[in-house]
Amino acid sequence: MKKKLVIIGNGMVPGRMLERLYDQAPDLYDVTIFNAEPRVNYDRIMLSPVLSGEKTYEEIIIHGDGWYIDRNITLYKGHKVTEIDRQAKTVSTNTGETVSYDKLVIATGSNPFIIPVPGHDLPGVLTYRDLDDVEAMLLAAQSRDKAVIIGGGLLGLEAAAGLKERGMDVSVVHLMPTLMERQLDEAAGHLLQRELEGRGIKIYTSSNTKQIVGDGKVEGLELEDGTIIPASLVVMAVGIRPNAQIAQEAELDVGRGIQVDGRMVTSDPDIYSLGECAEVGGQVYGIVAPLYETARIAADHLAGVPCEAFKHSETATKLKVTGIDLYSLGDFGQGDDREEIVLRDAQAGIYKRLVIQDNKIIGVVLYGDTSDGAWFNNLLKTGEDISEMRETLIFGQAYQGGTPLDPSAAVAALPDDAEICGCNGVCKSTIVDTIKEKGLTTLDDVRAYTKASASCGTCTGLVEQLMSVTLGDSYNPAAITPMCGCTDLGHDDVRRLIKAKELKTIPDLMQALEWKTSCGCAKCRPALNYYMVCDWPNEYADDYQSRFINERVHANIQKDGTYSVVPRMWGGMTSSTELRAIADVVDKFDIPAVKCTGGQRIDMLGIKKEDLPAVWADLGKAGFVSGQAYAKGLRTVKTCVGSDWCRFGTQDSTGLGIKLEKFMWGSWTPAKLKLAVSGCPRNCAEATCKDIGVVCVDSGYEIHFAGAAGLDIKGTEILGNVSTEDEVMEHVVALAQMYREQGRYLERIYKWAKRIGVDEIRAQIMDNAEMRKAYYDRFVFSQKYAQVDPWNERVSGKDKHEFKPMADLTLEPAE
Amino acid sequence: MNAMTENWIAIGKLEDIPLRGSRCVKNGDMTIALFRTADDQVFALEDKCPHKNGPLSQGIVHDGCVTCPLHNWVISLSSGTAQGADEGSTMTFPVKVEDGDILLSLDGHKE
Ligand code: SRM
Ligand SMILES: Cc1cc2nc3c(=O)[nH]c(=O)nc-3n(C[C@H](O)[C@H](O)[C@H](O)COP(=O)(O)OP(=O)(O)OC[C@H]3O[C@@H](n4cnc5c(N)ncnc54)[C@H](O)[C@@H]3O)c2cc1C
Ligand code: SF4
Ligand code: FES
Repeated sequence: MKKKLVIIGNGMVPGRMLERLYDQAPDLYDVTIFNAEPRVNYDRIMLSPVLSGEKTYEEIIIHGDGWYIDRNITLYKGHKVTEIDRQAKTVSTNTGETVSYDKLVIATGSNPFIIPVPGHDLPGVLTYRDLDDVEAMLLAAQSRDKAVIIGGGLLGLEAAAGLKERGMDVSVVHLMPTLMERQLDEAAGHLLQRELEGRGIKIYTSSNTKQIVGDGKVEGLELEDGTIIPASLVVMAVGIRPNAQIAQEAELDVGRGIQVDGRMVTSDPDIYSLGECAEVGGQVYGIVAPLYETARIAADHLAGVPCEAFKHSETATKLKVTGIDLYSLGDFGQGDDREEIVLRDAQAGIYKRLVIQDNKIIGVVLYGDTSDGAWFNNLLKTGEDISEMRETLIFGQAYQGGTPLDPSAAVAALPDDAEICGCNGVCKSTIVDTIKEKGLTTLDDVRAYTKASASCGTCTGLVEQLMSVTLGDSYNPAAITPMCGCTDLGHDDVRRLIKAKELKTIPDLMQALEWKTSCGCAKCRPALNYYMVCDWPNEYADDYQSRFINERVHANIQKDGTYSVVPRMWGGMTSSTELRAIADVVDKFDIPAVKCTGGQRIDMLGIKKEDLPAVWADLGKAGFVSGQAYAKGLRTVKTCVGSDWCRFGTQDSTGLGIKLEKFMWGSWTPAKLKLAVSGCPRNCAEATCKDIGVVCVDSGYEIHFAGAAGLDIKGTEILGNVSTEDEVMEHVVALAQMYREQGRYLERIYKWAKRIGVDEIRAQIMDNAEMRKAYYDRFVFSQKYAQVDPWNERVSGKDKHEFKPMADLTLEPAE
Repeated sequence: MNAMTENWIAIGKLEDIPLRGSRCVKNGDMTIALFRTADDQVFALEDKCPHKNGPLSQGIVHDGCVTCPLHNWVISLSSGTAQGADEGSTMTFPVKVEDGDILLSLDGHKE
């Protein structure tokens, strides 16, 4: 019988513990986890990049659902443990589960501290701890304009920078005279303040909050001195408290946190505690490096493997705000027995300070240039006597031993056990050995195998230098990101060369551009196929084997291998005949699900691949063509009822939408392309978050583009105003063609626009009639070859082999 | 295993499978996917991705591998094992081409 291991809390630290435990003793325990947050283990450190829009939640998941399934772990998401019964050895939850344990791990993390000023419980007052907080902030950022952050520490400043990035008007209120005073000395704190103010963030230091004011919701924040800062969002980021409540109720020893010995065992020998909720050696920790150490020790102990007891070590702090480099480590207070070495370079905005005691470094503050952080850290850790190099120490490693070294030589000179990734505790030799052993060539691979640079990412530069040192010339991080592992060329180069060298087939291209693989991969082939289709519409023979399955069979593959079918409903209009035809098809083919999509049409889900041609044949008879719901191409044109019916409609939005859809359907684009036309600024067709949108107004039409409402949310940019439907057609089509010709494969229009510049696009489409006409003509030319209904083609027999098995051995064993 | 003891079943012609493409063979509840690579080699795998049972036959074939259509795991056609950092394997079946006829053996093997 396996022993039962129950874990309370599913944060980063127990996640790390389980990884180690499964490495050491995969079969020892049956694991059950309770997590109050309704989700898997994700990288909490990376919430700020999610807030600022540099990452998505999906990108920061550490263990997806599959990870738990593969290990037979029972994960209760959204279940909070409310009681530990140490006599019965059970835990119970707020949802009524009771589970017994042989060993219990408490990893409940911390609670954000809420200062109990009047108004702290008003709607619009948030903390910053988990994904829900980020989502709430993003929601607020959409509709509200002013935010105040209370707390100028690490979290508060990351939140401030993120919300600023999202377009809010942000102020920071900080109790102390300088920012991040726990990590930075005064000088660095001032530099940081200047930088943030330069970005438009208002900073109030030495300021105490008196109350949060508002009637039913937040309206502002009043300081002790009477100043009122208007705000519709207040984020409190003033500190965290170890979350030890359930341990206290179970009468375990609790001080600042749940007290454990050097092996993470609490006052009950069957109960462990680790992570932010634990107090070890009188200390509680709030960053992952030492916490991962507690995870390692607990895992070894649970696995019965000998290991050393926990030892305190200094860990560095970095701020994860793009464009701000700061690093601090150890103790940098002043004192009689201490000396300091300071370097300032005003021009370059650099400040460095080392605190020395007994010829050893005990504290480091770096601002503006943090490249020597790892080296100083190493000197501090090893307690090396620095008297020999005192004169040049502050200039960094490159200046030791005569001639300056280049940065990679400096990295090469680091000792094998130098820590490169603080978050994950990965040292130099682990990275170098893994690169060699597994033959790794990309940063992503190194992240996957070693975890280095996979958490907060501030060590990415160091890891890349290590890669160049290890791999030599074959690794060049400064180069353009190649399309994929098959080539060193980036998308733009490839597109340019396709035209310049008149490359008209994929094999030709791979030969001419010296592809490193015989026939490409699943990343480059679909991209190349699109570029060819776009650039040589009349000459290139579409290579279906280079298309993703959905585009190959013109239906969307589902998780169980069946398909879904979405016919076009032009501009969202339908009729009784169409609906009847759909109903008949659903009955005839026993289609299990029918759904209205978010794109104003009907999705039939769960169709067997073999049935697709017959389904299409029946739909075709009723006049339906493919809705291309699978295509990197024109998807839907959403419309509202407009002047046909609506009392506010200014123009015929439905008619214009249908016209656009009929003109543009069938065209392939770098990524999907969705349009909408609204009949007035009330915007019921949501045109202002589409790839291209039109908002009808009394005087004509306002053309929008570069919106996003999927992984990212972003309102559109205005391209310009025109007065007739024909002009709308010409401008929209020209814009689409410009995007088709310049976009990188899978790059949505808003990302392309950000890269090219909105003004450049306006200049070419709005202001340059000749260019606009040329784009328009090229689009029209390519449509001649594109507007062929793929369903009809297949009903008439094209690609028959796709839909029929080659043989059925059950029916006729061929012997 | 050697060819003498295997039961080879003729299932069709090489041209029946598109170049860099795939076709399925049904065998009771099991589906076997046959792949043809750019250099005309043929491989047979159970049509089930080791990740979440995605139909590998629907993936993109490249360099002796197929990329699963559901979540992009890359599976080696010859060994059936997942490439890169992913771990898992799919059942492989012996297959050979003689005079343009594809011969399959149902003697499956998993790494
Ligand atoms: C069916 C539908 C959901 C629904 O039931 O309403 C849907 C279903 C899927 N969406 Fe969607 N999206 C649907 C409307 C949307 C919308 C809303 C809209 O179009 O008005 C969005 C937000 C707007 C946008 O496009 O960004 C949307 C944003 C996404 C995204 C995020 C794209 C992004 O770049 O941010 C993906 C993922 C992707 O494309 O990589 C996605 C991907 C998918 C896929 C294709 C997932 C997949 O790869 O298998 C789903 C296919 C299901 C199927 O087989 O039919 N779907 N999807 C909607 C089909 C509309 C239609 O009639 O064609
Ligand atoms: C915005 C932000 C930025 C950060 N940046 C950095 C950084 O750059 N570097 C760094 O090292 N650290 C950083 N940290 C800190 C780091 O994220 C934490 O130290 C780490 O996540 C702590 O892990 P943990 O497992 O102890 O607790 P947590 O990750 O907090 O997990 C605790 C989990 O337990 C659950 N839980 C609590 N009580 C119960 C209960 N009774 N029953 C069931 N479940 C319960 C909670 O819902 C939570 O999901 C940052 C933190 C935040 C919020
Ligand atoms: S339909 Fe869209 S939102 Fe819904 S699960 Fe699929 S991809 Fe996600
Ligand atoms: S099922 Fe194949 S990658 Fe997920």
